[in-house]
Amino acid sequence: MSAASSSPLSGPRTAAAPAAEPRTAAGRRGRGPVEWIRAHVLATTSVLVFVFLLAPNVVMFVMSFNAPIGRYNYIWHQFSADAWRHPCAVGDICQHMGLSLEIGVVAMIGSTVLGTMAAFAMSRHRFRARPMVNTLLFLPMAAPEIIMGATLLTLFFTTIGSGSMGFWTIVIGHIMFCLSYVVVTVKSRLAGMDPTLENAAQDLYATPLQTFMKVTLPLVAPGIMAAALLSFALSVDDYIVTKYTAGDQITFPLYVYGAVQRSVPTQIDVIGSMMMLVTMTGIMAMLVVSRVRARRR
Amino acid sequence: MVSRAAVPGESPGADGDLRLERVTKRFGSFTAVDDISLSIPQGSFFALLGASGCGKTTTLRMVSGLEDPTQGRIYLGQREVTDLKPYKRPVNTVFQNYALFPHLDIFENVAFGLRRRGVKDVRGQVEQMLELVELGHLARRKPAQLSGGQQQRVAVARALINQPQVLLLDEPLGALDLKLRRQMQIELKRIQTEVGLTFVHVTHDQEEAMTMADTIAVMNAGRIEQLGSPAQLYENPASTFVANFLGQSNLISGEVTGKDGDVITLDAQGRRLTLPVARARVEAGRIIAGVRPEKVSLALDESAIPAGHNVLTGGVVSDASFIGVSTQYLVKMPWGPEVGCEEMSVFEQNTGREIHRPGTPVLLHWHPAQTFGLDGSQDLDAGADLDDEAAA
Repeated sequence: MSAASSSPLSGPRTAAAPAAEPRTAAGRRGRGPVEWIRAHVLATTSVLVFVFLLAPNVVMFVMSFNAPIGRYNYIWHQFSADAWRHPCAVGDICQHMGLSLEIGVVAMIGSTVLGTMAAFAMSRHRFRARPMVNTLLFLPMAAPEIIMGATLLTLFFTTIGSGSMGFWTIVIGHIMFCLSYVVVTVKSRLAGMDPTLENAAQDLYATPLQTFMKVTLPLVAPGIMAAALLSFALSVDDYIVTKYTAGDQITFPLYVYGAVQRSVPTQIDVIGSMMMLVTMTGIMAMLVVSRVRARRR
Repeated sequence: MVSRAAVPGESPGADGDLRLERVTKRFGSFTAVDDISLSIPQGSFFALLGASGCGKTTTLRMVSGLEDPTQGRIYLGQREVTDLKPYKRPVNTVFQNYALFPHLDIFENVAFGLRRRGVKDVRGQVEQMLELVELGHLARRKPAQLSGGQQQRVAVARALINQPQVLLLDEPLGALDLKLRRQMQIELKRIQTEVGLTFVHVTHDQEEAMTMADTIAVMNAGRIEQLGSPAQLYENPASTFVANFLGQSNLISGEVTGKDGDVITLDAQGRRLTLPVARARVEAGRIIAGVRPEKVSLALDESAIPAGHNVLTGGVVSDASFIGVSTQYLVKMPWGPEVGCEEMSVFEQNTGREIHRPGTPVLLHWHPAQTFGLDGSQDLDAGADLDDEAAA
């Protein structure tokens, strides 16, 4: 380029000149708002997506520091950290949260163990009932939750009676719908696994149990972890199935739903913010750990 | 060594010989391996050569125990291992895709077999093995951070560290580019000589098999077509399949007209050819005479041909490619496919000889001792297409 400009009469320059002109024209046109948006489509979309996802959380976090007038925490009045200092001060809110967490953990363990085993059976073995089992596992995802809830109520009502419904019936209901998500997640992880890795382990003196523990499980673990977290999240915030199977038990979502009819205490925002913060801290920690590990190499 | 390998099933079973006795493997109605018997002497480099689907990998998997034979027995030395689980066999495999454990680093990959067998102090052995394959500096990397050639060497190290009686290599060089493949061929051969283990190498690449192996078994449709040293297979193929699959051959079919001492005379469409009895698979009836392209010379007239040579007349050069060390000709012959190759291959060394242009009428001639004779009832083109496929 510099060589061409230093000898203005040489051929290459005349050839290059028309090509340079549209570029300046485009630059001039680039100052219009439409052009500006076109050039920043990715950035704009990204910002919008973040706003869309974060706005509800930000509102919840801000409102958790509100000192509302009356029983409804809907309108900003003035700053107060009272609710953060006494998150359990409203009724039995923390007991309800505790119950939800307990159910979440039990449902998570139950559905992860069962779902992982089912996923292995489905992807490793060809048995006669396989298509039927596949459909059955998919059903809870496809069927409307309200139908499932109502059906479960009928089932429990006619078998054990409404008096016996509570913790375990909720757990059973949750395991039922979490199971499909676990099977789908673990199965996709298994499908992506190279089957010769297990051959190689066996070839290198690993017994079937060692092959599973040292090769298969570590490779499928990320899938199992994701499935477990998903089940926990699904269980903790479930309302519909819980409503029909709970008997006289009140989980956190049931409590919030009921409370809204009478009052919206700031503590709901506090507990919501806490859950969000715990989740975000966990994700951050995982990112940091993987970064540090990557850098050490 | 070779002679022992050539008599399958009859060796007394020296300490580390690998023997397959009448092994068959069926998958449903498909017979992948059809009644194979083999004896591979301890310390040899043995190649199973064949096109894809010929049963060579299945044979290998039965030796490693990952596949159970439908029929037949497998011995390691005196010990029968037919029903032994793969993790109980003193046999290790280098897999086609290497199958390195992605969640373990190179050191742990190599240490895997030792740890499973309860070896306490693995560090020294692993480091030594990584030195052997020149990867000591990468011990803490994950497999995904290594190049194809490096991964291949890790796979070899991971198998070798267990000092197996037999090391199985399943197309271990298939994924590498040509230059790296050449380099690894030499490397593998060096390692084999150094450690003195039995290597059983499965490949579809005839050049690779010839370069590396002491003994080659050519497999076709689940059976062993021929077994022998690379030179034996090349100079004295037992069938048209081997003649075409291993290198190139010019084949002409004819009828045996007489036998005089150790020379057989045959008639191919009025042309008289002779070949040594020792190199003929049949001594009467229909016969296929074969000659390798580099053994054949071209001449413009009879006077230039030494007395006693086999001569084919009526050829016309249809293609001449100059490739430096030699010129490779295709010569169109005046006959149809029922007689023999319609186009004969001739490789002439570039020792100052005249290069014949396409269209030149030529005579083909070669010394009768360079001719081999095959059973005349076979398909002339068997294995020819497969070779092109394998080379591609």
